[in-house]
Amino acid sequence: MAQPARLFKTEQPFQRPLSAGDVVVLAALAVLLYVGARLALAAPEVLQGPTISLAPVALPWYAFLSLGRMTAAYVLSILFSLLYGYLAAYNHRAEQVLMPLLDVLQSVPILSFLPVVLLSLSAILPQGIAAELAAIVLIFTSQAWNLTFTWYQSLTTIPKELREATATFRLNAWLRFRNLELPFAAIGLIWNSMMSWAGGWFFLMAAESFTVGQRDFRLPGLGSYLQEAARQGDVRAIAWGLIALVSVVILLDQLVWRPLLAWSERFKLEMVESENPTSSWFYSALRTARLSEWLTQKVWLPLREGLDAWISRRLAAGEEGARARGSRPWGLYGVAFGGGLVLVYGTWRAVQMLGAVPWSGWGAIGLGVTATLLRVTAALVIALAWTLPVGVAIGTNPTLSAWLQPVVQIMASVPATALFPVLLLVLVGLPGGLSLAAVLLMLMGTQWYLLFNVIAGASAIPQDLKFTTSLMRLRAWQRWRTLILPALFPYIITGAITASGGAWNASIVAEHVAFGGQTLSTVGIGALIAQATATGNYPLLLASTLSMVLTVVLINRLVWRPLYRLASERFRME
Amino acid sequence: MATNPPLLELRHVSQVYTSGERRFYAVRDINLAINEGEFVVLVGPSGCGKSTLLRIIAGLQRPTEGEVLYRGTPLQGVNPHASIVFQTFALFPWLTVLENVEVALQARGVPKKLRVPPALDLLDRVGLDGFENAYPRELSGGMRQKVGFARAMAVEPELLCLDEPFSALDVLSAEALRGELLELWLSGKIPTRAILMVSHNIEEAVLMASHIVVMEKEPGRIVTHLPINLPHPRQRKSPEFLNIVDRLYAILAGQTKAEPLELGSAPGEPGTTRALPHVTINDLTGLLEHLDEMPGNRTDLFRLAEELKVSSDHLLLLAEAAELLGFCTIAQGDIALTPLGEAFAEASILARKEIFASRLRRLPLFKWLLAMLQAAHRHQLEWEVVKTALALEFPPDEVERQLEIVVDWGRYAELLAYDDSDEVLYLELGATPAVATEGKPPAAA
Repeated sequence: MAQPARLFKTEQPFQRPLSAGDVVVLAALAVLLYVGARLALAAPEVLQGPTISLAPVALPWYAFLSLGRMTAAYVLSILFSLLYGYLAAYNHRAEQVLMPLLDVLQSVPILSFLPVVLLSLSAILPQGIAAELAAIVLIFTSQAWNLTFTWYQSLTTIPKELREATATFRLNAWLRFRNLELPFAAIGLIWNSMMSWAGGWFFLMAAESFTVGQRDFRLPGLGSYLQEAARQGDVRAIAWGLIALVSVVILLDQLVWRPLLAWSERFKLEMVESENPTSSWFYSALRTARLSEWLTQKVWLPLREGLDAWISRRLAAGEEGARARGSRPWGLYGVAFGGGLVLVYGTWRAVQMLGAVPWSGWGAIGLGVTATLLRVTAALVIALAWTLPVGVAIGTNPTLSAWLQPVVQIMASVPATALFPVLLLVLVGLPGGLSLAAVLLMLMGTQWYLLFNVIAGASAIPQDLKFTTSLMRLRAWQRWRTLILPALFPYIITGAITASGGAWNASIVAEHVAFGGQTLSTVGIGALIAQATATGNYPLLLASTLSMVLTVVLINRLVWRPLYRLASERFRME
Repeated sequence: MATNPPLLELRHVSQVYTSGERRFYAVRDINLAINEGEFVVLVGPSGCGKSTLLRIIAGLQRPTEGEVLYRGTPLQGVNPHASIVFQTFALFPWLTVLENVEVALQARGVPKKLRVPPALDLLDRVGLDGFENAYPRELSGGMRQKVGFARAMAVEPELLCLDEPFSALDVLSAEALRGELLELWLSGKIPTRAILMVSHNIEEAVLMASHIVVMEKEPGRIVTHLPINLPHPRQRKSPEFLNIVDRLYAILAGQTKAEPLELGSAPGEPGTTRALPHVTINDLTGLLEHLDEMPGNRTDLFRLAEELKVSSDHLLLLAEAAELLGFCTIAQGDIALTPLGEAFAEASILARKEIFASRLRRLPLFKWLLAMLQAAHRHQLEWEVVKTALALEFPPDEVERQLEIVVDWGRYAELLAYDDSDEVLYLELGATPAVATEGKPPAAA
């Protein structure tokens, strides 16, 4: 069974490193965080978490709860993406605002918002609901951006003649959506959904098992089960929890994603039959089943026809109404003006709150950012050091790839945050325990992005170039320098961008942990955020969260983006 | 056979786009009438706006000036009586052949029961019986285009617009499909009242058209409106047929003009800067070598198209380039090698480069660029700087292409070099032969 190469990619639009729009977006984020921090003032001092049962029979229920949260967030993400992308692709004025906004949002370390979101929500909502909502919001923010990007991108790259065909045959907005836009975007949406889910698990596990100080924000689910098991040192429970988690991920892959991928083969635009299309036993079984054939003919097709006709009628009526009303965007201007006022006022208040942070606080933030940056870099370097040779070996060797790829995929499917409590159990006694564990967590969360990208890049090296280097009798190092490294460069960069984003996120849960009745902490911006949350130091919470956001956005723009541009202009294989 | 008013009429139609302070015309002041029963074919050099005109007529694009009248009433939005067959077929790859045709009917609100029989009937008529449930990628190019025809005819358009429908097909399927379309059209089996086709193949135009409209570029305008009265089926080898083809080449290839007119003016000076034709040195060399083997070093352009197996559009560009460089002269549809061209065709690789360089130095565009480079600091200029200067002379999407041709030709002649990573152009100095040969076109190989 041929495994498709998985490529992890965060879109990097070409533009100036920092624009006025970015400043506005960052200011808006500051205001949001400020509002959160203000609300948090009223958060209860002590929060009682749920009791987590370690009995294996409780696991299906926990798995169901975790899956439910993921699904809810995913549905939200898809709806958001479709709307947002549509607006950005078809309304030029909206595009000017929405795309820079999206660009900042996707590089923000989402997990750093978790404490603020949890605290503010628990101030206004009952504990359970607040934690549920926070988890869903968090997963949503980790899933939505790349989906939105791919949807926007495919909307703007639909071939001109296909667009003209829909225009000349006068397909209405719904028929155009169903016959052109959605099919054209389908493959990108499915790939990015898979990526979103992988990322989502990471955040779900973190959100389900989040506790700081006296506040227990845990939610019943697989994440809290694993954490509780590790806290009690129950090795059997840890094993059960991991088995449950991996089974859920594998079942999803086999019953949802692979069938979807196999089905999406038909949406390829190339007019040639692909040589080894994605196969899925489940999809093949579904296709050949009598029942599904009957359902398609008797239920699905008539239903679709009815839906088409109904929506088309509604659209026709709506169009006439819209024509009668005319359009003057006064309302829009009003909203924009009001929003601007709120933004200016909010920024001012946020700055006031930041003023309450003493110089020593800023010093700690600077030190923390530096320490975390070093950890992120270390994790990336280690990841690169082992994924390069291994990835090239897998990518260039079909036999090796055939049996290693599935193994690697299963290993990669375990979210690092779920393993973290287990990891601590082992490492906590070692010197520099937490610092080491934090780097390890970052590594576990990020190395797969790199590995998969290196594999994809290595398998994309054209055979004739490989032959050429063999014919020229290049030595191993020369071959790496002249062929393999340049060919991999774009893949490494795209993988590293995603990986470094993941590593920054990991710092929030990795640098400050309550473990076995004691609190462990190391120097880092993640630790600072967690401490500020625990002690209720809201100005410091705002300052440190903002500093982290700003650092990551700046690194993204000043380091990764130029590299990405270089990769896509100079080192592209054509 | 003409009735009053015509099916479609263009009055003083222009398509203008602005770039900075300059205004460029894609098409300018077009007056054209298409009557019932006519098969009008638009021909002209690439970039003359014939596709733009087709889109204006189909209502996909609104002209900036002038009126489009359909049966005497001004056209608003997409023309509901027209449909298009596209060069790249523009089929939905995820829909079956039948669904591709059906969707055009569904868009007009035809319910499932009423749209399947006519769709099947049409597929039957274009010869796709038995392929209804195939996906487009399973079909050959010719059969895909048949789906394109079936889809366009499914909505029973009065005006069928064809945008180079045969140019993406191989020679044999194109020929077969032409014959089938003519048969459908001439037998009156389809409710189509008139056909408008854009073509880059002059022979194809003469084979099919009742009227040929010849356009010229810069700006796009109509130069000739030629009725073709040959009876069907037309014989490609008949003297009358060849006569018309020859005449069209004579119109399109123009005459070699006096030198100042031919070369145009330098950028920034009054007069128009002559755009360089988009051809590669390889193709140009091939043309000259071929001509060198002809008796008397001259031939009819239309014969050349057949012998070299190139489209008339491409051939005209090649001829234009050869003429611009003084390697050929063109008169009345005949192309003849000049002594210089003969010398080039017979020279060694290095001697060719020298001849080419000496010819480039005469062109005002190159003269201007070389002078700029000479005056520039370290004899180098950024790509963007040159581009900005040229943006005053050429439309935006043309600027980049012109600059690419300049670099391509200049590199071959070893007059200038270009460094892609720094995006700078610089003078090629004889003393430094090793610099920036990276990416040089393999023309000399």
